[in-house]
Amino acid sequence: MYEPRELMHSGHLACAGCGATIAMRYTLKALGEQTVIAIPACCWSIINGPFPYTSIKVPLIHTAFETGASTASGIKAGLDARGDKETTVAAWVGDGGTFDIGIQALSGAAERNDDIIYFCYDNEAYMNTGIQRSSATPFATWTTTTPSNHPKSQPKKNMMEIMAAHRIPYAATCSVAFPDDMMAKIVKAKSIRGTKFIHIYSPCPTGWKSPSSLAIKVARLAVHSKIFPLYEVENGDHYNINIAPKNVPVEEYFRLQGRFSHLNEEQIRGIQETVDREWERLLKKALE
Amino acid sequence: MKKIMVGNHAVSWGVMLSRAEVVSAYPITPQTSIVEELSVLCADGKLKANFIPVESEHSAMACVIGAAAAGVRTFTATSSQGLALMHEMLHWASGSRLPIVMANVNRALGAPFNIWGEQSDSLSQRDTGWIQIYCESNQEVLDTVIQAFKIAEKVLLPVMVVLDAFVLSHTAEPVDIPDAHIVDQFLPAFKPEFKLDPQNPRSFACFLTPDFFMEFRYKMQRAMLESEAVCKEVDGQFGEIFGRGYGLVEAYRCEGADVVLMTAGAVTSTARVAVDALREKGRKVGLLKLRLFRPFPKEDILEVIRKVEKVAVLDRNLSLGLGGMFAHELRAALCNEKVRPRIYNYITGLGGRDTTLQILNDVVYQTYEQPEPPEQSIWVGMRG
Repeated sequence: MYEPRELMHSGHLACAGCGATIAMRYTLKALGEQTVIAIPACCWSIINGPFPYTSIKVPLIHTAFETGASTASGIKAGLDARGDKETTVAAWVGDGGTFDIGIQALSGAAERNDDIIYFCYDNEAYMNTGIQRSSATPFATWTTTTPSNHPKSQPKKNMMEIMAAHRIPYAATCSVAFPDDMMAKIVKAKSIRGTKFIHIYSPCPTGWKSPSSLAIKVARLAVHSKIFPLYEVENGDHYNINIAPKNVPVEEYFRLQGRFSHLNEEQIRGIQETVDREWERLLKKALE
Repeated sequence: MKKIMVGNHAVSWGVMLSRAEVVSAYPITPQTSIVEELSVLCADGKLKANFIPVESEHSAMACVIGAAAAGVRTFTATSSQGLALMHEMLHWASGSRLPIVMANVNRALGAPFNIWGEQSDSLSQRDTGWIQIYCESNQEVLDTVIQAFKIAEKVLLPVMVVLDAFVLSHTAEPVDIPDAHIVDQFLPAFKPEFKLDPQNPRSFACFLTPDFFMEFRYKMQRAMLESEAVCKEVDGQFGEIFGRGYGLVEAYRCEGADVVLMTAGAVTSTARVAVDALREKGRKVGLLKLRLFRPFPKEDILEVIRKVEKVAVLDRNLSLGLGGMFAHELRAALCNEKVRPRIYNYITGLGGRDTTLQILNDVVYQTYEQPEPPEQSIWVGMRG
C-alpha cells in the first residue's frame, strides 16, 4: 500500500523535531514517486535545501507565497495536456499560505474542483519568518506579533469547514502522531478525482517553545484533548471521526508548550469550554 | 484566407495556430474577447488546449507557470490592473526561465478609473525580465503571437505581445490567416529539455544563496541580450515563409529626414499618414516605429536616426516625475554616442485620448521650431 523506500533524503534543513518534515516523509510514502509537488513560500522552501540540492525524490517547483493551489492546477493541466493522467499533483503549503495569503487561489481551485491534493501542514503561525501570528494561530497563543501580555484575541479560522463548504469530494485532518491514519487518508485522497484537502497538524518545537523530543507527544495530546480532532469530510457533508479522543484536559496539552505559559486557570477553563463545544458540534455532524 | 477580425480575436487565432496547450486567464476590459474567443475555440475543438478560468490574474500567471514547468506551451492575456496584479508572478515566470506568451491590451492604470488605451501598464513591467513587442495592426498582432512562442522557446524567457485598447483590440480589420500546417512547420511542438517529470525528477526555482544568485541573473541578462538577434532571426524566417516581416524597428520615409517621429503601437498608422502629408508639403519628416521594446534594439534604432537632427518621441505613457518612458529609454541608449540626435519628448493620448493627425502635425512643427528640446516633456492635445 505504501512506498517501502524513503522518498526523502536525510540532510534537509529543518529544525530538530520539525513536524512538517515528518509530515512530508509520510506523505511521500503514501503518494509514491509518481508525484509532482508545488511548494509556495513556507518553511519547506528552506527545508528542502538550496540549489543545487533537494531533499525529496519527486519533482517539485517552488513558487510564490499565494500560489500553491493555482500552480498545482497549472501543473495538472500541463501534465494532462502532455497525456499524463496518472501523476498525482500536490500543493504543499503552510498555514499562512493556506489560511491567509493563499486562500483565494485555494478557493478558486476547489470551486473548479481541479484534480489536485492540497496539503496544508499547519504549525499555527508564520514560523519561517520567526513565529508571527496567522489566522491558523489558536486563541490566546503567544507569537512574536501577539506578545504574552497581549496574546491572540481571535480563535483559529476553521479551514476544514471552509473547504467542506466548497463541497469538494474529500477533506481530512491528519496528525504526525497518527501516521497510519494519515497515510490511509492520503492514499484515499489519491484515488479520488477532484480537489482534495489534507490538513496536517504539524508541531513546531521552535515556535511553540516546546522540547523537540516532545513534538509527537504534543501532537498526540492535541488529538486526545479534542483540540485537533482527526476526521474526514466527503462531498462537504458526510463527516467521519477517525480517532476517538481520550478526553485529556486541554491543560495537559498547554503545559508542554511555552507559547501557552502565560495562560491562567480562568483562561484555560474558558478554552476548555470552547473546545468541548466545538467537539460537540463536530460530533453532531458525524452522527447525522 | 482573409478574415475580418478585431485585434483581440487576432490574438486568439494566433494562439490557436500556435497550438497552445494550456490557457489560463481572468477577464478584464478590454482583454475579455481574447479569452472569450479562446474559450469558444477550445469548446469547438479547434484548439486542443486545457482552458483554466481562474479567479484572478495572479492565479492565471501562477497557473501557466505550473503548466509551462510541466513542459507544455502556455498562454494568458490581461490588461492594466490585471497586469499590475500579476507583477510578482511576471518575475517568477522569467526567473523560472519559462517560455510563456502573454498578450497585454494596453490600458491606463487607475486611479482614477479608466478603461481606455495607454502604454503605462506594460512599460511599468519593463524590469520583470519579459521580452516586449508592440504591435501596429491586427495582422501584426496575429503574426507576432506566433513569432512570440518561437522566440520564447528559443531563449527561455517569456514574451509579452502588446496591443492598443480599442483602437486594435475592438477594431475590425482584414487579417490574413496563415495555413495551420505551414505554421506547424514554422513553430514545431514545444519540447523542453527540463520539465516536471516523475521519471526524471528535478527541482525548479529553488532558493539560491548569494553564492549562486548573481550567476543566474547574469545568465538571464545574457539570454535577454541574445534574444534581440533571435527576435530578428525569427521575424526574418516568418517573413520568408509568410511574406510579412516587421523588423525590430521600421524606418518609414526616413531618407534625408531632419525630424523623425518615434512611435510604438497603433498610433504608428496615424503617424504614417501624417508623415505622408508633411512630405507632400516638402518637410523632410520620417517615422521610426519601435516594435521591440525589451530588449531595446539600440543598433537598429541608431542605424535609422544616427545622423538625424531631431527625434520627436511620442509617449502614450508616463513615468511620473520623469516623463515619457520610450523617450527615457532612447536617451539612455544614445547617451554615449558621439553623433546623436536631440530627443524631444511628447506626452499624448493618456487614458484613451485620441492622438489625431492635428496633434502629430503640431508635434512635428513644435520640434522644428524649438532649436533645443525643453528640459521637461511636452504635453500635447490637452484641453484648452
